[in-house]
Amino acid sequence: MMAASTSDPIVRVDGLTAGYDRMVVLQDVSFEVYPGQIVAILGGSGCGKSTLLNAMIGLLTPMAGTILINGRDIVTADDRQREQILSAFGVAFQSGALFGSMTALENVALPLEEFTDLPAEAVEWIAAMKLQMVGLGGFEHYKPCELSGGMCKRVALARAMTRDPKILFLDEPTAGLDPMTAAQLDELILQLSQGLGVTCVMVTHEPASVLALADWVIFLDKAAKGITAQGRPTDLSHDAANSLVWQFFHRKTKDRGTVDA
Amino acid sequence: MPRMDSTVQWSDAKTDYGARVTILGDDPRTLHLAISGRLDARTTAGIWQKAADEIKRCAFPQVVVDASEVSYCDGAGAGLLNYLVHIGQQGGKHVQIQGLSGPLQKQISSGQSELPSPGFSGAAKVGPIEALGQKVLDLGQDLVAQIAFVGQICQGTVRLCRQFRRFRWKDSLYIMELGGVNAAGVVALLGCLFGLIMAFSAAMPLRRFGVEVYVSDLVAIALVRVLGPFLTAVILAGRTGSAYAAEIGTMKINNELDALEVMAIDPVTFLVVPRVLALIVAMPMLAMITNLVGLAGSAMVIVSLGYPLVTYWAHVNDILTATDVGVGLVKATVFGGLVGTIGCLRGLQTQTGPGAVGQSTTRAVVSSLIALVLAEGVFSVLLYVLDI
Repeated sequence: MMAASTSDPIVRVDGLTAGYDRMVVLQDVSFEVYPGQIVAILGGSGCGKSTLLNAMIGLLTPMAGTILINGRDIVTADDRQREQILSAFGVAFQSGALFGSMTALENVALPLEEFTDLPAEAVEWIAAMKLQMVGLGGFEHYKPCELSGGMCKRVALARAMTRDPKILFLDEPTAGLDPMTAAQLDELILQLSQGLGVTCVMVTHEPASVLALADWVIFLDKAAKGITAQGRPTDLSHDAANSLVWQFFHRKTKDRGTVDA
Repeated sequence: MPRMDSTVQWSDAKTDYGARVTILGDDPRTLHLAISGRLDARTTAGIWQKAADEIKRCAFPQVVVDASEVSYCDGAGAGLLNYLVHIGQQGGKHVQIQGLSGPLQKQISSGQSELPSPGFSGAAKVGPIEALGQKVLDLGQDLVAQIAFVGQICQGTVRLCRQFRRFRWKDSLYIMELGGVNAAGVVALLGCLFGLIMAFSAAMPLRRFGVEVYVSDLVAIALVRVLGPFLTAVILAGRTGSAYAAEIGTMKINNELDALEVMAIDPVTFLVVPRVLALIVAMPMLAMITNLVGLAGSAMVIVSLGYPLVTYWAHVNDILTATDVGVGLVKATVFGGLVGTIGCLRGLQTQTGPGAVGQSTTRAVVSSLIALVLAEGVFSVLLYVLDI
């Protein structure tokens, strides 16, 4: 059971079994995310982090279980309900997944153009503000191929925030970035969470990001096909009993000792 | 250490410092093998099969491989020792490797737990009949997918009509420019050459009967009713249909389609409908260009044969009716829809991996060509039955 559970959970995964074809990656996974929290999903490669994320954002139909976003099940939702559920969250993909033929501004403006009746000028204004928010003022008319990896991730974050979602799903937001840029992005996520009260669920490999950002950590294990540990990041990082979690935070090698996060 | 038995001994003959396998000992329950010398990628090749065969052949439940005399061992050598353990286990034998240095022992044992079985490819082997059955099944499923996709496009078009205000005119006109206007040059060039070649090929045999002037009738009917729209569609299948497949396929690989889906934007409405509509609009116009320049090409041949242009024009005017032109344009519209639909479908069906986009592009062109020939066949029968 998660700490600070004074309100109803905003995301509730219950008995989730998911995988591909006949290969089960996650078996009977259950957890809850509460409003305003930053929850990090951790684990080694192939443990099912992306599978879990894809199931939560409706890109993968689970084999069993329910996923309630804002109290509505995304698995059984019809087209209309699904549209409502999707409008409650934004997703920033690991690669950014920006539309290459559009400028940064057009990428960010797209959800507004598709789902609101705002005039073109207002759409542009709001999209430009979102880009300002992620520190990309002045880069509105650049195409993704003209931006650096870190900038693309920021544009993706701005696009995910365009419709002011209650929940942000972030797939490895700082992967492949240098420590300085990663720290800036961490700072940005923290600002979004604290300033706007956005709930964040992020999949990550970066112990530094987890310790800096997360309120709660869910640790997945390939062998267990599910959650092997969960708790506050500081508690987990000091818990030597679970060797997998310990290794994640302290990256221990026998020959050269410990490299702390 | 068992006693050495020198009756069987192999080595890679090329070097004296190379690897050597020797059968040792007289234990009735255990096969003792000694591997010595240098085990690298070159020397290991000489002993790999023989060492493996020896373990496969032996009837003993125990195999001991003595590697204490190995002077050097790289990845290939480690692979051999690992493989020997694996094939022993497969035959129900216990294979023990002795005398290895510490780090090497770790390298060998670390690989054992996840060693793939020989012939590992991730997929089960299938026989030719099963493969044929699977192919037929895939073909059937593909046909169903294409029909369903046409349904999705219709659904998307209706959705767009309902929210007409949201129609992305700028994008759609740009797509039309890329697929239609920019293709006009190549279509005109090929159409002109095609008309010229067709007229020239027909003029030679007809000249023997002194009726080469009827080349104009032949070319006009063939070009306007059949070949003009067909040739244009073939050019666009190679030029624009493949580009659609590559573009949408790349978007899929870059997760852009996933991004659309999680934003509740239907990829078919957003990406496919404008592209298919662009080709439906552009194809008849391009077919008209092919017809006109093709006729011009054939006119050149007739004029070069000594007939005045007015004779040519009189023949064309006489033989062609508005119905012929209409039939050609209807065909071109249908062909445009087919090329656009198939190109987009193949793009959406793109799998993952480095060759996926290339594969989708190839499939788009091949499927389009097959669909065009089939559609042309259906049109021919239909027009014959309806006497048009």
